[in-house]
Amino acid sequence: MGVIQFKDVGKIFGPRDKGFVALKDIDLEIRDKEFMAIVGPSGCGKTTCLRMVAGFEDATDGTVSVDGTPIKRPGPDRAVVFQQFALFPWKSVYDNIDLGLRNLNVSSSERKKRIEAILNLMNLTQYAKHFPHQLSGGMQQRVAIARAYVLDPDVLLMDEPFGALDAQTRVVMQEELVRLARKNPRTVLFITHAVEEAVYLADRVAIMTRAPGQIKEVLDVASVRNAENWDSHEKIEDVMDLESFVHLRTHIWRSLREEKAAQHA
Amino acid sequence: MNRQISLLQSIVLGFLGLACFLGFWQGMSMSGLVSNIFLPSPLEVYERFTTLIERRFAGATLPGHLAASFMRFAYGFLLAALIGIPLGLLMGWYQLLDEIVSPLFDALRFVAPIAWVPFAALWFGTGIGGPIMIIFAGAFPPCVINAYRGAKFVDPRLIEAANMLGTPSRRVIMEVLLPSSIPSIISGLRVSAGLGWQSLVGAELIVASAGVGYMMVQGQANIQTHTVMAGMVAIGLVGLALDSALRGVERVIQKRRGLEQ
Repeated sequence: MGVIQFKDVGKIFGPRDKGFVALKDIDLEIRDKEFMAIVGPSGCGKTTCLRMVAGFEDATDGTVSVDGTPIKRPGPDRAVVFQQFALFPWKSVYDNIDLGLRNLNVSSSERKKRIEAILNLMNLTQYAKHFPHQLSGGMQQRVAIARAYVLDPDVLLMDEPFGALDAQTRVVMQEELVRLARKNPRTVLFITHAVEEAVYLADRVAIMTRAPGQIKEVLDVASVRNAENWDSHEKIEDVMDLESFVHLRTHIWRSLREEKAAQHA
Repeated sequence: MNRQISLLQSIVLGFLGLACFLGFWQGMSMSGLVSNIFLPSPLEVYERFTTLIERRFAGATLPGHLAASFMRFAYGFLLAALIGIPLGLLMGWYQLLDEIVSPLFDALRFVAPIAWVPFAALWFGTGIGGPIMIIFAGAFPPCVINAYRGAKFVDPRLIEAANMLGTPSRRVIMEVLLPSSIPSIISGLRVSAGLGWQSLVGAELIVASAGVGYMMVQGQANIQTHTVMAGMVAIGLVGLALDSALRGVERVIQKRRGLEQ
């Protein structure tokens, strides 16, 4: 299982009376095996939401829980993929993926089997002995995704994972993530500021307001995707040309632009 | 302008500097302006150096003295590394330890190693213990400081990554803190080896058997300034070799991490 629940969650950085209010009254449930994207203007606290699920930050008010258990600390049941990859530069690709499994005390033969399977799935087999610095940004992020996926986590947390990649690599990675997520469904919380990415990948998209961040609107993309049969198109650009896709994208764009305008007003 | 200087050019320039220095020195000695006791000429020092390699002076040949010195140095240096690196890492990891130890450490590290001589002799004797303590006093601070810096400046995302992968807090020290601090620790060891080796002469002022410092003290007592100079040259050469060895280690590690220039 992997149900993420935000209940009346607030976050204040600094002292309660005069600190920075990052999040206010967040109520959101992410269903089991659902791919949820959160979009919002920069500084709205979307990354903070993810960091609270990861256990890197505490909620000032309310509770964040997974399957009903409030989150206390980070753990391998909630694997994180960071924007800047955060691979261990002194470990080979293989050893980077191995660390989490070793912590779980998985037997060495089982570890080998699982690592080889995930390397194969992510097209990384020939790079097993490479060090992170010998790989391109896209490859490094593949390793980071493999490192998270290999743990078979209930929840996968992705914090603008493709934000540091160039446009072409980004598209390839988005297509691969769709392939991976369809084949191997997980509860995914995906933070991004790229609207098209959110619509292309997610089952639902939550739009946040400017700081203090609140959930403004949650859009059901999956029902449109299924009704319009997006998955019959192999290439991302074909999906992005569909009228139903454009419609959703424009809707989110307008909503975000309102927030941006209010931010500067 | 910022022109690249090739390896060959930098070797040539290095030798040019050395040659100018030796030339000036030899000129000064030959001019008769200063007496030979006051400033032995480079040639004299060279001759004395080669003689000392074969003939015993103050109980041993120069290599013998160097070996004795190096043993002491190695003990003091290893002790400093073995205690200093873990201490520095732990201070960088546990705030409480940092608060307790840092003020004391920051005050003590300004006491020159040589100032410990009377107490080193008193507490650990003039045999092997005293000199080791003085070398330790010189070599210890850079080990602590650089391990501490390494631990403090670990990319916080790597700690978060280790945490989310379920690494127990104590093992994060071995899995992340130590490997991530290695470049900083190695440059600390370079400084530490330098300071430890420098403290050697001070340490050997209180040693009565062998060692380059001891040899130099005996040279001074016998008004053999060229022996003292030969000792200085030997100390410089060994220090240089030590530093290039550690620099090599540093380069290999950086290359593995993709940090090379």
